[in-house]
Amino acid sequence: MLDVRKVNFAYGDLQVLWDVDLTVNEGEIVTLVGANGAGKSTTLRNISRLVRWSSGSILFQGEDLGLLQAHDVVGRGIVQVPEGRRIFPEMTVLENLRMGSYPSGVRKDREHNFERAFSLFPRLKERQKQLGGTLSGGEQQMLAIGRGLMANPRLLLLDEPSLGLSPLLVRSIFEIISEINRQGVTILLVEQNVYQSLRIAHRAYVLETGRVVLTGSGADLLVDDHVRKAFLGM
Amino acid sequence: MSIFVQSLISGILIGGVYALIGIGLTIIFGVMRVINFAHGDLLMLGMYATYFLFTQFHIDPFVSIVITMPLMFLYGAFLQRFFINRVLDALPQNQILLTIGLGLIMSNTVMLAFTSDYKILSTRYSSSSVSLHGISISLPLLVSFAITTVITIALYWFLLKTDTGQAIRATAQDREAARLMGINVKRMSIIAFGLGSALAATAGALISPTYYIFPQVGSSFTLKAFVITVLGGMGSVIGATLGGILIGVAESIGGVYFGSGWKEVVVFVLFLLVLLFRPSGLLGKSRT
Repeated sequence: MLDVRKVNFAYGDLQVLWDVDLTVNEGEIVTLVGANGAGKSTTLRNISRLVRWSSGSILFQGEDLGLLQAHDVVGRGIVQVPEGRRIFPEMTVLENLRMGSYPSGVRKDREHNFERAFSLFPRLKERQKQLGGTLSGGEQQMLAIGRGLMANPRLLLLDEPSLGLSPLLVRSIFEIISEINRQGVTILLVEQNVYQSLRIAHRAYVLETGRVVLTGSGADLLVDDHVRKAFLGM
Repeated sequence: MSIFVQSLISGILIGGVYALIGIGLTIIFGVMRVINFAHGDLLMLGMYATYFLFTQFHIDPFVSIVITMPLMFLYGAFLQRFFINRVLDALPQNQILLTIGLGLIMSNTVMLAFTSDYKILSTRYSSSSVSLHGISISLPLLVSFAITTVITIALYWFLLKTDTGQAIRATAQDREAARLMGINVKRMSIIAFGLGSALAATAGALISPTYYIFPQVGSSFTLKAFVITVLGGMGSVIGATLGGILIGVAESIGGVYFGSGWKEVVVFVLFLLVLLFRPSGLLGKSRT
C-alpha cells in the first residue's frame, strides 16, 4: 500500500534520513521505533508531504506522493495525527472534529464519522462544546485521533500518540489503536514506547540516526537482543 | 451631558467603520502573519471606486458597495495569488517592503488617473442629520453604521459556521495542523487577503460621503488600522471589533473636549496605556 524507497532527506545541511526503505501493506499495523532524533517524525512528515525528500520515492497505491501537495495527500486517504496533538486551541471539540472532515470527498460521511469518534471516545461527546485548548492532555490525544478518523483514513499515521499520558491512558490508547485497525484502517505508528507498540504491531522497523537498522515482525523484535538492550533496558 | 452622549454616539458610529478596517487587517495577519501596509491604500481605492461610480453613473455611495466589495475581493485575491503568496516564507522586512510597495503603486496610479486634488463626494444627505431627544446624529454616519453591523454579523457567521470560514480560523491557529486536515492553506491566504481588501474598501466607500478623497488618504488609515488591531490583540476578530469602536469613541470624545487637533493624542495615549497593562492587546494571546 505504502512504499518508501531509498528516501534521503536533510534539514539544510543536516541529513536526517539515509536511504530509508519501508513498506506498509493493507490492513497492517506497522511501527517505526527508535530513539529521539532517529528520524521517525521526519519520515512521517515526508509521507504527509509537509516536507519533500531530496532523493528516493514514496508511493501510495502506486501513485508518486512527490507530485502531490500536503492537502492532496489527505484527500488520497493518508491522514496524520501529529506529535503534540496540534489541536486547534480556540475551536470547540466539535469544530476540531469538523475540520478533520474538511476534504470535500468525506464531508458527506460527517455525521457517521462523528458517531464513530464519539463511540470510540465517549469523553469527547461530553466535552463537545468545550474549547480544544482547555482539554487535558489525554483528552486532546483522543480528540487528535478522533479528528484524524473524521477524514475516512485508509492509512493512519500516528506520531507518538502515547507521549505524556498516564500509564493507564497509555494502555487504553494502544487498545484503541488496535481497535481502529480491526475496523479496517491500516496504521503506521511512530512510538518511543517500544514495548507497547511492538506488542500490537504486525511488523516493525527500527530506525537509528536516520537509517533502518532492523526490521521484522513485532513479536520477533520483542525478543531481539539488540532491541531488548537498546530500548527495553534488559 | 448631552454633548458627552452625542460625542459618545458618533464615536461608536464611526468606530463601526474603523472596526471593519481593523477586522480586515487582523484576518490577514492571523492567517499569514503578514502585516499589510497597503491596507489604507485599499481603503483609498474603495473611496475612489465609490467616487467614480457616483460621478460617472450616479450610483449612490451606499448602494455602490455591492459593486465595490466583490471587485475589491477579487483584486485582493489577485494580489495575494501573484505577489504576497511568494513572500510568505520570506523575512518579515521583505514582506513589509512588498506591501508598502504595492500601496505606493496604488496611490500613485490613482494620482495619475484622478490628480492629487481633494475630491468631495456630496450627496443630498451628506450633511443631514436625525434628532432624537435633543441629540442629533449624522444621517450618513447612521446608515454606514447599519451597513457595518450587517457586514460584521455576516462575517462572524461565515467564520463560525461555514467550512471555509472554519478552515480560515484553523489556518490562523495552527498552519501546519491545518495542512494535515487537507486544508489548502495558500487558498485560505488568498481568501483572507480578498476578504481584508473587500472590508477595507467597503470602509472606504462608507466614509466617502463624509471625508475628503485624495490619493494619500490611505496612509493615516494604515496607521489607524494597525493601532486598532494591536489594541484588540493581533489576530483577534472580536478584539479588532472592540478596538475599532474604542478608537472611534476616543477620537470623538477627545475631539470634543480637547479640540480636534488633540484627538490623535487622546487615541495614542489610550493605545499606550492599554499596551502598558496588556502588552498583547485587549483580547490577544501572549506569544511565547
